[in-house]
Amino acid sequence: MIRFFEFAGRPFIAIVEECGRIMLLLFSAIVWMFRPPFRFRVILKQMEFVGVNSLTVVLITGAFTGMVFALQSYHGFRMFGGESLVGATVALGMTRELGPVFTALMVTGRAGSAMAAELGTMRVTEQIDALSTMSVNPIQFLIVPRIIAGIVMLPVLTIISDFIGIVGGYFVGVKLLKINSGIFMSRITELVEFEDIYNGLAKAVCFGLIFTLIGCYKGFYTSGGAEGVGRATTESVVFSSVTILISDYFLTSVMF
Amino acid sequence: MIKLVKVCKSFNSQKVLDNLDLEIEPEKITVIIGRSGGGKSVLLKHIIGLIRPDSGQVFIDGIDIASLSDKKLNETRKKFGMLFQDAALFDSMTVGENVAFPLKEHTVLSKKEIDEIVNKKLLQVGLKNVTHKMSSELSGGMRKRVGLARAIVLDPKIILFDEPTTGLDPIMCESINNLIVNTQQLTKATFVVISHDIESTFNIAHKVAMLYHGKIIEIGTSDEIRSSNNPIVKRFIK
Repeated sequence: MIRFFEFAGRPFIAIVEECGRIMLLLFSAIVWMFRPPFRFRVILKQMEFVGVNSLTVVLITGAFTGMVFALQSYHGFRMFGGESLVGATVALGMTRELGPVFTALMVTGRAGSAMAAELGTMRVTEQIDALSTMSVNPIQFLIVPRIIAGIVMLPVLTIISDFIGIVGGYFVGVKLLKINSGIFMSRITELVEFEDIYNGLAKAVCFGLIFTLIGCYKGFYTSGGAEGVGRATTESVVFSSVTILISDYFLTSVMF
Repeated sequence: MIKLVKVCKSFNSQKVLDNLDLEIEPEKITVIIGRSGGGKSVLLKHIIGLIRPDSGQVFIDGIDIASLSDKKLNETRKKFGMLFQDAALFDSMTVGENVAFPLKEHTVLSKKEIDEIVNKKLLQVGLKNVTHKMSSELSGGMRKRVGLARAIVLDPKIILFDEPTTGLDPIMCESINNLIVNTQQLTKATFVVISHDIESTFNIAHKVAMLYHGKIIEIGTSDEIRSSNNPIVKRFIK
């Protein structure tokens, strides 16, 4: 009987242990974040990698999300003559939910996986050990700049995604489906509040922390050569995406 | 200068270092030989504090680094340079940036001064006009040379080598061995080399120590090791 519970509880204990190690890494990163030297160039380089280099994918995702959302909601609202609400629905959906979540998932796939792969390769080729032998703390040098970049750049990308999604919704609603432009815009200004935008950006900050922390954790503690790097990369994307979606539910239930 | 006292280290249930005692002479080349997977790299990582022992002490200049805080350990590590097995050059940096890295981190020298030192150290290891190359463009031998240039750029008192000739052809092996000997004569630093290449070992070593089953079973000059009566040593160097 005890053996059965041991067997059944093993995965649960493994998850708890892994979460504990991630929290310890986060704690170390926070401590090293406020200790000199402050490497602004490395932080800017990471911000470019996470933010500027993700712009294209975020623009495409945001635009088409807004467009398809406008199309679907138009067909739904038309059943009871509520087409005028399409603009506000798209804007609320983008700012509260779709902008932050889709941006986080896309950036996780692009930048989070790259972080895990890069740090994993550095681990298995002893580059992280080399940093330590040169009296440079690897958490401060490698992980802190990536976390800062994620926390700062994901909200910026989310604002862009929100905007381009609403523009996409406007294009489909007003130009293709012939909803009155004035009504489309007035409903947005009437129903969307700044709080919706702020809360969406607060979510983006949390998601930025989640994908960078998990990507860095998986890469930093990689073992097992090239196979280990591949495993770490896959796990980082899956674990980050799932954590983002789960945390989104709880953040939404607290915020709105 | 470097002294290990009763160092024990196990990974899971496997004992890698077992009450190991070792004293390394300053300003000499000491080569630690032993079987592959026998704990040589683990021993080297204990000397620089990358791994902490389960028990025992690791003295560097009289300070037990096994019990130091991370901050104090970082200070002690400034005495060290280390050449890793595959050089461990940073992929994202050029050769020049790799060699300049410790200078940028630990000195307040100007860019011009740093460039001068980088060029001097690269020349010292026999490399010219490579500062703008990426590490992925280099051959195995060149990578080791750049790694050595990076290891000596702060003129450390102790330089550690993890299998410096592994994966190199015989000519490049000889070239790296000569480089190690010449660099030691020039810098007068303490060199600790991990190797299972017996020919290279006797070519460069002032002292040879044999690691077997987690213990140093024999230590002496190359001639003393060659004439050792220990059957394990005899079998290993045959």
